[in-house]
Amino acid sequence: MEHFMRPTQMQKKFITPGVIVLILLALNGLIFLAGRFLFGIGSVTNLNNQYPWGIWIGIDVAAGVALAAGGFTTAALGHLMHREQYHALVRPALLTAMLGYTFVALGVSIDIGRYYYIWHPLIMWNGNSALFEVGICVMIYMTVLYIEFLPVVTERFIGRVNMKGFLARFNAPMDKLLRLLDRGLSKVMFVFIIAGVVLSTLHQSSLGTLMVIAGPKMHPLWQTPVLPLLFLLSAIAVGFPMVIFESMIAARSFGLKPEMEILSKLGRMIAPILGIYLAFKIGDMFIRETFVYLTTFTTASVMFMIEVLVGIVIPLRMFLSRDVLKSPLLLFIAASLVVFGVLLNRINNFVVAYTPPYSFGSYFPSVGEISVTVGFISILVLLYRAAVMIFPVISVPDKSLSSKAKYTIRG
Amino acid sequence: MTNLDRRSFFKTTALLGAGLTGLSVSEAKAGPKNILSPDRMGVLVDTTVCIGCRNCEWACKTAHNLPTPPIESYEDRSVFEKMRRPDETALTVVNRYDNPKKPELPYTVKVQCMHCDHPACVSACIVGAFSKEENGAVIWDTGKCIGCRYCMAACPFQIPAFEFHRAIGPKIIKCDFCSERRKDGKMPACAEICPVEALTYGPREELVRIARDRVKRFPERYVEQIYGEYEVGGTGWLYLTGRDAAELQFPKLGRNPAPGVSESIQHGIFAYFVPPVSLYALLGALMWITKNRTDEEEA
Repeated sequence: MEHFMRPTQMQKKFITPGVIVLILLALNGLIFLAGRFLFGIGSVTNLNNQYPWGIWIGIDVAAGVALAAGGFTTAALGHLMHREQYHALVRPALLTAMLGYTFVALGVSIDIGRYYYIWHPLIMWNGNSALFEVGICVMIYMTVLYIEFLPVVTERFIGRVNMKGFLARFNAPMDKLLRLLDRGLSKVMFVFIIAGVVLSTLHQSSLGTLMVIAGPKMHPLWQTPVLPLLFLLSAIAVGFPMVIFESMIAARSFGLKPEMEILSKLGRMIAPILGIYLAFKIGDMFIRETFVYLTTFTTASVMFMIEVLVGIVIPLRMFLSRDVLKSPLLLFIAASLVVFGVLLNRINNFVVAYTPPYSFGSYFPSVGEISVTVGFISILVLLYRAAVMIFPVISVPDKSLSSKAKYTIRG
Repeated sequence: MTNLDRRSFFKTTALLGAGLTGLSVSEAKAGPKNILSPDRMGVLVDTTVCIGCRNCEWACKTAHNLPTPPIESYEDRSVFEKMRRPDETALTVVNRYDNPKKPELPYTVKVQCMHCDHPACVSACIVGAFSKEENGAVIWDTGKCIGCRYCMAACPFQIPAFEFHRAIGPKIIKCDFCSERRKDGKMPACAEICPVEALTYGPREELVRIARDRVKRFPERYVEQIYGEYEVGGTGWLYLTGRDAAELQFPKLGRNPAPGVSESIQHGIFAYFVPPVSLYALLGALMWITKNRTDEEEA
């Protein structure tokens, strides 16, 4: 029996014990962040002239972009290929991507020394710079994500604009504006949806080009001219697992049944994509003969092995199994492993692989760096929770829907 | 999808394509100044001549208005016990290494920005704050820099330093080859003060000739390599050494310019915006075809 899904606002108390923990972590991060703004980056981080980039770039930015890939992969599946059965997943993925990219932008702006010049790349161009390309693409894509989310806002508030006090007189014009937006957007939304996918493929790959220029400063296990391709493939590979990961966490948190029917169908597509990524990664390793570095026991070789075995091989095997696809717990574990693998890959590329020619000790993130990163992630989760309670994002089965009702492109 | 929608679809796609192609024209021009003049200047550092007096360190700080200890304090040779690197307080430092041939005459090596012919920092900088000047200097523009430190990640010699402890307006600090001083006809401060002429300032091409000549005349004094002649496509500063450069902690680098691979990837992906626009068109077509198919199935 086919049942129909409708995006619905979550009805639950916002504050739970988990939420309180997140708020505390967020506050802790903000305290260290204040230190960064008052006394400079060096006062809260372990960065120095030998290690200019740390986990704020490796996790907040690089991994953040990768883990927000669910946005463009589900948009491609649901909207570009018109696989209607996955529409229920598009909105949560879109929200994750939108919040994810917002925090990538925040992560960048706290990591750069002159945050008040963050707009400089808009008018000062350097077409040779991979970072310039990433920066511009991320800025445009973030705008596109916000536009793609607008229909959710109009759907929520059309006919329900109810501002209090002196703002009340703006209720009617606001409603009109929303209706106008809604009509206009539905006609041009496809432009943004395609643009979102194109922009994503561009900057997901260019993020890989970033470290190519570091040349011999990057460990040979990761340094390869095909880095952009590996970054793109891994971003595509982590897209659906990330959707499964968060959708199951959200379901648990709001006391819903995980949509196993859709999720296992989605899970079936992961193995081939993960296989392609693994093939390129291993192929690259054999062509450049870097497997020799795996024979010694170093941080680099161990991290590489964990990344490949735990992050790709094991989940690949799991996603090939019918039992895993049927079991919520196993599916969740498999998806989490892919997410972990790509997260580790980005940390490896930007932090572990980086070996400066002169160093006075190695880099390990400081308490401040970890606190800020954890704080940002906590705020992101809190905002996600708030957003799904305010806006109709998460789909729940709706028996009142007749078979005639169907989705249009609404983001 | 109605006919009107279809028409607007094509129109918007075409418009967007045209817009992006228009952008590509200005894109081709965008970029920092990167001049490789045949007359560019350089410095030949003869590490076998250097006596480690560190007057260059003092002169450099003085010329760049950095906090400078009195010159007498530079006679203290205990600083050589630790390897030092240029940082936000010093654009150049001198390090000492053993001389196996004559232990009583250790080698001392001045370190600063190499002023690459094909600088990684110029290629990497997100806002084009670095430029390679006609006079050979690779300089940094404080008015553009956003403090992202990509130059530090990119530099093969690990030269740019950053003021990590400054909350507002932290600067990237590195040797600027006295670009401003030289415009007034002066020599770089370090080359000017060097009492033993370990630093020879002149057109790079001539310096290469001088260096080769010295190696030929005193083969027992030098190793055969001129460090910087070919490293990462050639550098403005060149080194003559009595020991293998790697033993003096010079990074082992290939002959290809540091930005080579990443720039060709970058330009390959972008090639006048043809690949992204084609991808856009392709996805648009895919979207339209699958949409029609779903429509037909439902009709």
